[in-house]
Order: sequence, then structure tokens, then C-alpha cells
Amino acid sequence: MSNLTRRSPRIEAQSWLEPLPAKTRLSFRGGPDAIAAASHGFGVNLSTDACRAASANDRAALWLGPDEYLLLAPESDAAAVRTTLAEALGEIPHSIVDISHRHAAFVVKGPQAEWLLGGGCPLDLDLAAFPVGMCTRTVYMKSEIYLWRTAADAFHIETWRSFTPYVVDHLIDAARECGG
Amino acid sequence: MLVIHCPYCGPRPEPEFAHGGQAHIARPHDPANTTDEELLQFLYLRENPRGLFRERWRHARGCGRFFNAIRDTNTDFFVTTYKVGERPALPGGAQ
Repeated sequence: MSNLTRRSPRIEAQSWLEPLPAKTRLSFRGGPDAIAAASHGFGVNLSTDACRAASANDRAALWLGPDEYLLLAPESDAAAVRTTLAEALGEIPHSIVDISHRHAAFVVKGPQAEWLLGGGCPLDLDLAAFPVGMCTRTVYMKSEIYLWRTAADAFHIETWRSFTPYVVDHLIDAARECGG
Repeated sequence: MLVIHCPYCGPRPEPEFAHGGQAHIARPHDPANTTDEELLQFLYLRENPRGLFRERWRHARGCGRFFNAIRDTNTDFFVTTYKVGERPALPGGAQ
């Protein structure tokens, strides 16, 4: 089995597109007690406000639903994150699923970022309606994406890995229109 | 594009939502002792009114939660949306 290598979708960097390295991703679900304990164990205060992300020390917690979060950490932290979360959560009912390999991530950045995403995402991405720190699950064309605004002109995007070429190709198509 | 107010996420575009049929259909407490007529009603028979209708919706491409909505089937106008477990009165006060 040693000759099997993990295939990841290839994303070509562009001036406005930055592929992100592999990450540890956990789907976390639980009630208010579990959310408080997970904040302690993960080292990031999980937002209880709708559609808000919180980050600290290379880790981030994205609010996806009232009891659902996506936890992001560097790939090398996988074991540490699971251990500290398990210690903090103890017997509190919750669910943690490792979905590290389900997604590929990249950043769309630059002054055209909003416009490029607007080509396929029906959300209002104006800074007033979608401020920095807002995150949500939504759609890009027909694919589900996770969208997180990390700066006024930068969006962190997670897609299911098999949908990544679809999303990236549509973005490249949109970029052609504005000379990217 | 139709904008639907998710009770958890706020106003969001229609492609993120999935329609779930008539709302407030309670499963029989004791299915084994339910008559065929009652099961028929529970499983298959649905209202199809012209006008205000209580419906289940799911924010499938957003927070993933089910919620209920009062929609006018004539105009596609959403009167209100509310969380599961609530039951606001219809405009005019009817339940």
C-alpha cells in the first residue's frame, strides 16, 4: 500500500487565487455545554452568533448552524486537537467527525474577489451585508461551498474536493471577463 | 430572486433552500393501534390550498436546519418564517 499517494485536486495559483495547504478539519456538533467545553479544548471561542467565525493561533472555528461548527487547524495538529477536545468534552454529549480529506481550500483575494464570487454565489457580498469574519455554507453555481471572509478583499473557500475543479474553473472563467 | 428569511441565518437567497411540504403533521403516538384511515391521512393526504399555507422548509445549503413558513401560494409571498415548535397566528388571527 505504500506506493499509494493521496491525490489532491490541483489548483493553479493565480494572482487572485491562492491554494491552501492540507488542514485538519473537524465537524463538531453539540449543545451549549459542549460548545463551551469545545471552546476551552480547542483554544478558540466558538461563536454563538449566527454565521460568524472565530480564529486564534492558526486555528479557526466556523459557525455553520446553531449546533454545528467546522474546526480548522494545521495538518500537524490533528492528534493534539483531538486529544485536547476529548479531554475538555469528557462525557458531554457531542459529535466530532474528522473531515480533513473531504475538502480542498483556497483563497480568492484582491479587489475583484467580491465580483468573482458574485458570478456564482447568490449572496449579497457587499462589505455591509457580508462583513469580515462572516462565514457560511452556501452555493457557488451548483456546488456547495463554505465561504469565510477573512479580510475586506479576501475570502477563504472550502469545497468538497471532487467539486473543486468545477468551482475553480468557473472562477477562472469569471476572471477572464475582468482580465485576470 | 426570492429572498427567504431563515430563522437562524437571516435573509438568504432561494437556491439555498429546500421545500419540505406541509408543516405541522404529527406522527401518530401509537402507530400499531392506528386505523387505516388515520394512517392514510398521516402518510398520504395533504392540503393544497390556494392562499396562505404553513410549509416546512430546510436551509439545506446554509445552516441545514428545518423551519416552518407561512407562504401565500397565490403570490409566492412569505408572510413569516418561524422555528420548529412555534406556531404564530395567520394574518387576521386564525390558527
